[in-house]
Amino acid sequence: MRNVLPWREPVQLDGTMGEPLARGRFGEYGGRYAPESLVEACREVDEAFREAWADPGFRGALARLLAVHAGRPTPLTPALRLSQALGVRLYLKREDLTHTGSHKINNVLGQALLATRMGRRRLIAETGAGQHGVATATAAALLGLEATVFMGERDIERQALNVFRMRMLGAEVVPVTSGSRTLKDATSEAMRHWVGATGDSHYCIGSVVGPDPYPWMVREFQRVIGEEARAQCAAELRAGVPDHVVACVGGGSNAAGTFAGFADTQARLVGVEAEGGAGAARGRLGVLHGCRSLFLQDGDGQITEAHSVAAGLDYPGVGPEHAHLRDLGRARYVTVTDEEALAAAVRLARTEGIVPALESAHALAWVIRAAGDGDLPAGSTVLMTLSGRGDKDVSTFKELL
Amino acid sequence: MTNPTLAAGAVERHLRARRDTGRGLLMPYITGGITPGWTDYLRAFAAAGADAIEVGLPFSDPTLDGVTIQQASQAALARGASTRGILADLSGLPDLGVPLVASTYYNLVLHDGPAAFCAALRRAGVDGLIVPDLPVHEADELTDVAAAAGIEPALLASPATPQPRLAEISDRSRGFVYAVSLMGTTGERAALAASAAQLTERIRRVTDRPILLGFGISTPEQAREARRHADGVVVGAAVMRRVLDGAGPDDLRVFLTTLRQALDQE
Ligand SMILES: Cc1ncc(COP(=O)(O)O)c(C=O)c1O
Repeated sequence: MRNVLPWREPVQLDGTMGEPLARGRFGEYGGRYAPESLVEACREVDEAFREAWADPGFRGALARLLAVHAGRPTPLTPALRLSQALGVRLYLKREDLTHTGSHKINNVLGQALLATRMGRRRLIAETGAGQHGVATATAAALLGLEATVFMGERDIERQALNVFRMRMLGAEVVPVTSGSRTLKDATSEAMRHWVGATGDSHYCIGSVVGPDPYPWMVREFQRVIGEEARAQCAAELRAGVPDHVVACVGGGSNAAGTFAGFADTQARLVGVEAEGGAGAARGRLGVLHGCRSLFLQDGDGQITEAHSVAAGLDYPGVGPEHAHLRDLGRARYVTVTDEEALAAAVRLARTEGIVPALESAHALAWVIRAAGDGDLPAGSTVLMTLSGRGDKDVSTFKELL
Repeated sequence: MTNPTLAAGAVERHLRARRDTGRGLLMPYITGGITPGWTDYLRAFAAAGADAIEVGLPFSDPTLDGVTIQQASQAALARGASTRGILADLSGLPDLGVPLVASTYYNLVLHDGPAAFCAALRRAGVDGLIVPDLPVHEADELTDVAAAAGIEPALLASPATPQPRLAEISDRSRGFVYAVSLMGTTGERAALAASAAQLTERIRRVTDRPILLGFGISTPEQAREARRHADGVVVGAAVMRRVLDGAGPDDLRVFLTTLRQALDQE
């Protein structure tokens, strides 16, 4: 099925995706729908984050870690041959070139540094594709913390390489056998575990989801993608700003970080979801994992299982700020199928010599389709965040191609 | 303090009246729709001396439940249980003589909207509601419409809750205050957590509403000990493990009778 919502004129957001409203709200979404046992822990994270984010010392330490450990800034790569074939000018923001291979490291270094500042000894995380788990294990090793990563059994099978990497980095990987045995259930299990571990552990959520302040905090830690890209586009493009800014959306962290750099411009923002995990495009209002947002549900209000060839997009909901951007018409959310994503991955490999993560291939698949059907006018400029590299997906590629 | 009993609803009046006779309160839990004849468990609970009964409306993603109640929820959903079906089963029941308190996650409350949800509970003969992922600072949307529908939403208090917030929770809670005995999920535990006594003592300082202690209470000894601090206990996983293992209503009546006796002795 195709999602063909008409464009609305972009509303300019004052500031660049700023602080949430009172009680962690983005419009009617967000909030802190956490069990009472976690409310105090959320409040402590909120307080610590506000203080740290206002502290130049913290900002400096994080910027340095991002530079010397994660390899920032990442380049902006023009996709020359593909652009020529598509008739648009496509630029790739290369989060695949960060240490550990995806944008997840940006957020995790921020949260791990925050955890250290809060005196926590251990990080708890959930992971789908394994990239957030690998990033968490990496930051924990770097800062001398312990890490426990919850991962659905089904994801453990399809992301074996990342499971091995986490273990090699010294993290404990806990298989989750409940429900769909994917990211949704790993997230539930991590939250349950956190209830009993708030004293010494920091829950390091991997996307712009969860109870306030996570959606906001994670977006701020990912803002670096959008800010770098904004400066790079200013240097690279005649107009200074691309016509379209595109990113894939699981929970929505790489998209939120990218959009944050362009929210106050005329650029059209496009979030690309997996056909089977389209929280923003097809979800309805609900509450899950601590926040009020859009979730895939059945007629009884039960959360339905998402299905995507990309484990990182296998989540039935979307972060609250995306739900709000959708309502405002500031961003548009579209879906692509597994087949389109696989084909797009091959196309990028063959035209640019870059094997993208299956998640990122979704964003590219939309660009390819939209250039073909005129949704992206000929000659327009497109910035697309390549959220990660495809090494982790080689066994899926081998099986399906 | 103004006289709270005047404003109290059916659940609170009932629990206060029983407490005031010196009785330790017992609220067993059952996952709605867990077996074809699941309402027979409710009759057995009442016969065993329950003072209120908690009926769980199963949700696909129970983030505050340990394995036992997670399994019960999944099993009920796999059988086709739904909020609508469970409430229909309840409306067919004769009066059990004890209030029914529904419990579920907020997504199911939001599904048709809090007002419609509370009205449906009311029509099914339910008096109270527990929503573990709806903390006091998010509860406004529910509390007003619940009051209008005659539903008493009981709020949870945790060992991590600071004292001023505890006062707010106790004040805004209806029916009773649900004291979560420990920092953890539902599930049977070997011993009553030390945090249980401290928490109930801290709640007592700010309210005279009935206090029910829950999470981890699984044996007569633990119930007896809990009774020393709180007005009564909620017993969930210990009930549901037996149900999942195939125990019928009569078996549960026997088990709950041992808890009843333990509470009566203290
Ligand atoms: C490479 C990659 N891209 C994207 C995502 C989706 O997450 P988000 O929407 O939070 O960026 C993931 C998640 O695991 C990922 O590994």
